[in-house]
Amino acid sequence: MRRRRWTSGTVLTTVAMVVIALGVPQVVDQFGLLQLTIFAAMCILALSLGFVWGYGGILCFGQSALFGLGAYTYAVTAVNFGESTAAAVLAVVVPAVFAALLGYFMFYGRLSDVYLGVITLSVTLIFFNLMNSTAGDAYRVGKARLNGFNGMPSLPTLNVPGDAARLLDPTETFYLVMAFLVIVYVGLHALLASHFGRVVVAIRENEARCELLGYDVRLHKLLVFTIGGGIAGLAGCLFADWGAFVSPNVFSLTMTSQIIIWVIVGGLGTLVGPIIGCLIMQYLATTLGTQQLANTNLIFGIIFLAFVLLVPRGIVPSLLALGARALGARAPGPARVHDPA
Amino acid sequence: MSDAVLQTHGLSIRFGGVEAVRSVDFTLAERELRCLIGPNGAGKSTLFKLLTGQLKPTAGRIVFRGHDITGHHTHAIARRGIGIKTQVPSLFDGLTVREHLWLAARRTNPAERARAITEEILERIGLTSLAGGAVGRLSHGLRQWVELGTVLAGNPELILLDEPAAGMTHDEVARTAELVREINRTHALIVVEHDMQFVRMIARTVTVMHQGAVLVEDTMDQIMKNATVRDIYLGKHGGP
Repeated sequence: MRRRRWTSGTVLTTVAMVVIALGVPQVVDQFGLLQLTIFAAMCILALSLGFVWGYGGILCFGQSALFGLGAYTYAVTAVNFGESTAAAVLAVVVPAVFAALLGYFMFYGRLSDVYLGVITLSVTLIFFNLMNSTAGDAYRVGKARLNGFNGMPSLPTLNVPGDAARLLDPTETFYLVMAFLVIVYVGLHALLASHFGRVVVAIRENEARCELLGYDVRLHKLLVFTIGGGIAGLAGCLFADWGAFVSPNVFSLTMTSQIIIWVIVGGLGTLVGPIIGCLIMQYLATTLGTQQLANTNLIFGIIFLAFVLLVPRGIVPSLLALGARALGARAPGPARVHDPA
Repeated sequence: MSDAVLQTHGLSIRFGGVEAVRSVDFTLAERELRCLIGPNGAGKSTLFKLLTGQLKPTAGRIVFRGHDITGHHTHAIARRGIGIKTQVPSLFDGLTVREHLWLAARRTNPAERARAITEEILERIGLTSLAGGAVGRLSHGLRQWVELGTVLAGNPELILLDEPAAGMTHDEVARTAELVREINRTHALIVVEHDMQFVRMIARTVTVMHQGAVLVEDTMDQIMKNATVRDIYLGKHGGP
């Protein structure tokens, strides 16, 4: 039981990701590769919410705030330094620290789940409005002009650490993003299999019991939120690097609701679910974006409603349940529990 | 009183106009097994919530092994060594029986030792065959055992049991009584119970609560003879 997080599914997913990472650049053209790169970066973002919400039980409407903070941190630092290594590191550290501060007030203030949602959403919108109103020469951080709603264009992209002149080409960037995706995925699984991770899941199941067993619920939630913030920041960094551009839209309501839809569609309480949900929805967004027939947001809304009403557990858990039923009563697990009394 | 495990001094909590626990002075000696009885609404479960920090008293102090733990956080009190089985079993429905015990044992033990404790407790509460099943599907009686086992796995110095025999069959009640006596060889316990049959099986000293206050404290035999106790249980003096 102690190894139950390391299922064959986890291994399979990891292998699949590695195969895709190594194989795709051989068969896909440059355009497709760029598409897949941003998909993978967004999958990292989906994983961050999948972890924070699906395992930590923290419904965060502010994942895009942490994502955007990572993107802007990368942008500002990279413009100022000209070398991207420190920028990339800061893009993870700054959102993590911000999440820790915000989380401290939320969790040590014992806010209920509803207020948590309200606060994280408000923080996102504050960032959105704040960055939108930074147009003009007065708003600059060092050499970096923030440019308000126009965003920051022509950002320096990622270079080989220590060599600012040696920029990563699209294929290398794809390898890098895929490597981060695999590291985050495997890392989160390892974390969930650890003592810490198991307490986190227990907290999601029953906070009061965890406290009665002597576990500090506030601290565990704070750590989950902070780790989630760092991962979202990493995704933001990769996003900013990918387009060499960042605008306040990273903080928009569309962005923040999108992440939640990914997780719901893919399946709450799994890690592969958010990845699959993210891939499907991004593919749809890209495809729908090229046609004029129907509004993309409208279709997203319909999909979201359909999932909430018809497949509330999401794709992955529903498929797993179907698979378990197909295997019949021989499948081990809770279904076999009987009451001898 | 140097050998007191737990002492409360004038412990009170007020909810609006209702004083659910009224100036309770309570002392529990080392390895004592105390039964706490009283009609519904007497304040027994509220007292337990005060002792575990789930509620903060409006007045009074709680001293556990010489440390004032009044107003401490629930997890901090648990870390000091007070474990509780709550009235309605408080469990992780999605997790297995084994995971429950492991989580409790692992907090104070290295991984290997925690695993050994888990198996040992599973054996002791007779749930080895159900260890891999989700707790959410178990009957109330079995859930009581899982929670009891979880508390035991954490090995707290003082164990509070709130209605441990509720929802159990006669045989299960007898088994629980046996287990409580066994735990009492090494641990101090306070047991809240309505089932007088069960109380009789385990009790030495009994504290009777009524309307938030301690009414009387005596041996089981004396309590059974006590006219006031009989009256409040039969409702003559208007217990709720």
